[in-house]
Amino acid sequence: MNLDERLQNVTVIGAAGKMGSGIAVLVSQEMSKLKLKSENKDKIFRLNLVDITEKVLDGLRSYMKMQLVKAAEKSTVLLRQIYEDRKDLIENGEIINAFVDDTYALLNFTTDYNIAKDSHLIFEAIFENEEIKIKVLKNLKEICSNDALFLTNTSSIPISYLDEQAGLGGRIVGYHFYNPPVIQKLVEIIYADNTTEELKETGLEFGKRLRKKLVPAADISGFIGNGHFSRDGLYAMNKVEELKDEYGYHGALYIMNKVSQDFLVRPMGIFQLIDYVGLDVFQSLLRVMRTHLKLEHLNSDLLNKFMDKTIAGGQNPDGSQKDGFIKYEKNRPAGVYNIEEGKYYMFDEEWAAEIDKKLNPTNEKFAPWRALLMDAKKMEKLETHFGNLKGMNTYGSNIALDFLKTTKEIGENLVKDGVADSEKEVNDVLMNGFFWLYGPINNFI
Amino acid sequence: MSYFRKKIYACAPYYTVALGTGRKEFHPKKLRPGIEHYIKEAGLGSISQIQNPENIDEGVIGNFIAARFCKQGNLGGFFPYVHPTFQYKPCTRVEGACDSGGLALTTSIKTILADLADVVLCIGVEVQNSVKAIYGADFLAAADWFSGNRKKGHVYFFPDLFSQRAGACFEKHGHDKIRAGMAQWYVNAVENARKNPESQEYHNKNSDLFGTGMMKPNPKAFCEHINVFDCSKVSDGGAAIIFASEEGLKKIGVDKKDAIEVISFAQVQDNLTTPPPDLTKLSTCEIAAKRAQERAGIKPSELGVLEVHDCFTIAGLMAVEAAGLVRYGEGADFVKEGNTKLDGIIPTNTTGGLVGYGHPTGATGVRQACDIVKQLSGKSGDCQVEIKSDKPFGMMSSMGGNDKTVVAMIFQK
Repeated sequence: MNLDERLQNVTVIGAAGKMGSGIAVLVSQEMSKLKLKSENKDKIFRLNLVDITEKVLDGLRSYMKMQLVKAAEKSTVLLRQIYEDRKDLIENGEIINAFVDDTYALLNFTTDYNIAKDSHLIFEAIFENEEIKIKVLKNLKEICSNDALFLTNTSSIPISYLDEQAGLGGRIVGYHFYNPPVIQKLVEIIYADNTTEELKETGLEFGKRLRKKLVPAADISGFIGNGHFSRDGLYAMNKVEELKDEYGYHGALYIMNKVSQDFLVRPMGIFQLIDYVGLDVFQSLLRVMRTHLKLEHLNSDLLNKFMDKTIAGGQNPDGSQKDGFIKYEKNRPAGVYNIEEGKYYMFDEEWAAEIDKKLNPTNEKFAPWRALLMDAKKMEKLETHFGNLKGMNTYGSNIALDFLKTTKEIGENLVKDGVADSEKEVNDVLMNGFFWLYGPINNFI
Repeated sequence: MSYFRKKIYACAPYYTVALGTGRKEFHPKKLRPGIEHYIKEAGLGSISQIQNPENIDEGVIGNFIAARFCKQGNLGGFFPYVHPTFQYKPCTRVEGACDSGGLALTTSIKTILADLADVVLCIGVEVQNSVKAIYGADFLAAADWFSGNRKKGHVYFFPDLFSQRAGACFEKHGHDKIRAGMAQWYVNAVENARKNPESQEYHNKNSDLFGTGMMKPNPKAFCEHINVFDCSKVSDGGAAIIFASEEGLKKIGVDKKDAIEVISFAQVQDNLTTPPPDLTKLSTCEIAAKRAQERAGIKPSELGVLEVHDCFTIAGLMAVEAAGLVRYGEGADFVKEGNTKLDGIIPTNTTGGLVGYGHPTGATGVRQACDIVKQLSGKSGDCQVEIKSDKPFGMMSSMGGNDKTVVAMIFQK
């Protein structure tokens, strides 16, 4: 069965989630483009979007509409060609609406995953909990035909383990999209020990159609992306424990977040990133890795304390950022939490100005990530920037250089441990999946 | 003998900021002023420069397509909203696509020449940021023959028409030469716009404008031969100017030395349903310029300042040729050599033009007239060029559609 045939009936499990909904948008567009080919006019195409409650499916309906319009607006050059023969569709707006309607018509929204019985391609994108994932995969195995292929969006659970536990006989591949899947170019692809050749090819071909950058990672818990992110985040959390006596928890969090964003020129600070991902997701990631890798140190008391207080970050249903380590006002960081005192300290208070002065006494101006993003000379400029950091010998520059060094070591260890084939894969993942301007394995340090 | 049967003067030029991408105060998701705001600001900006508004006889407003961008028609009805003097006086909206402003100028003047008015307030307006560019492209496509051409056209209909013209010019005159001329046009547009606080590119800080202008087009996302920097801006804006007879100037208390004489115009129409005779020429613009110059009794070399309709950089190069300053195919080199810069032989689009100031379509012709009048009166601020005594003339040329509807107008210091 080729990919075109498989794409006639597809199911996304966990479709209303952050990752599932994005995957649903991407898959639906590909299916729609296929359906609109003249040779497929009489064939039935169905994309089954399954999640646990009608309420979340309602949210998914609105999200799909909005995202399909956005996607159609971006690909109108192609859509005008696709609808060339439709004499009634003249304006861009008419063509965009037609594509959205045609795509929407392929969708089944349901809470009943028995609907997957006719699907030959199944995306599993439920919450990162291995017991539930295994249970769902086991059930799907019973429901679906023997040739159904499973693509799991796990970000940390070894694929061979899932395969074995669910008894899929190699019909599963790790297909790790990055958040949000509609925008992020990166997909980590992870094969189980006995992933079938057909599935490997299907995965590669589908990635190509989606115009994603596929980076292979070994089947070791955390893979490349979270293998790096988890350790990077843990380093920052451990550093907070070190600095808290002098600056309080809020000051220490502020320092590490600011240094990682401004001094290391990242798109956001490390704690803002963990808030974005969700503290719950990060905690679960550590738990999975700790279990499978048998590495007890992959744990953080600080994180666990936040979770005990149910401060978990993540997003509200409207997409706005929830408070986590950091407090957000109009989606922008505005304060930071002190776990001992149980309150947020705001950035516009005196304490923050004092820390700023300590970190960067000469008030050096660093080019922000956004300014360098489209700059053709960004690598030269970064080299100068990190060169300057080395010469500064300030409190902030020293913390930054230690962080840069640790980040590099984490990357190198991923290669050493066989998670990544080479440095290139590590750098590719961080640059494409985390929008870093430079890879962690670099010559800046 | 003068072309007009009596003297016509222009005074009290005013135009608003061209709001859109590039301006610091612009955010696509923020609430913006509506079309009535621009009409009022421009109208009052002009009226505030005269003594006796009660003596204005008429209002004429140029607008292309507010019915689609703003769901607003009957724009003449906004004149009494601008000022009570217009209550129960004749007020007219005119339309000729992107030359709507140009038609507003000629309509105003014709009314005075017909002895039906001594003073006319002429406004141009457009608000285009109400929809995303991908939808606006269809509204603007109405400037061409919609039922005949839109379906087979490109997503970005007008950019593609001028991309085809650029392609034809590349083929005929050599790619590198024309491409460099287009990039230089972009450089001049932004450099001039940086001197004009009302311009959309006023805040542009790009240190390598030529490099940006030379960026390779991406046909998958946009057009084959031009990139987005070759395009005029999507703008909200308004412009206004007052036309008056000699008697009219007295009535509104404007001294003749504070007004600029209009000595000729030509209004030229081509058939909307026929393709352009030659993609490498703006044939209608050429006819309009020639007629206006003949009627004024001047040669192109006597022009001291020029405003052309650079809806795209390639249109700018071709418009300089159509204005009679150089032969066809020589526009790119002429521009590249700096002849159209503020200190060049013929300073052109001195406040940025459509690429630099912006292109609130219905306002553009009026804005061009404002800039010529300001230059000839020595009131162009940082954009001011030297108007020499042997070249006391300024010409504006405004184009609607793909070289279909053109007004060229000549002013004398």
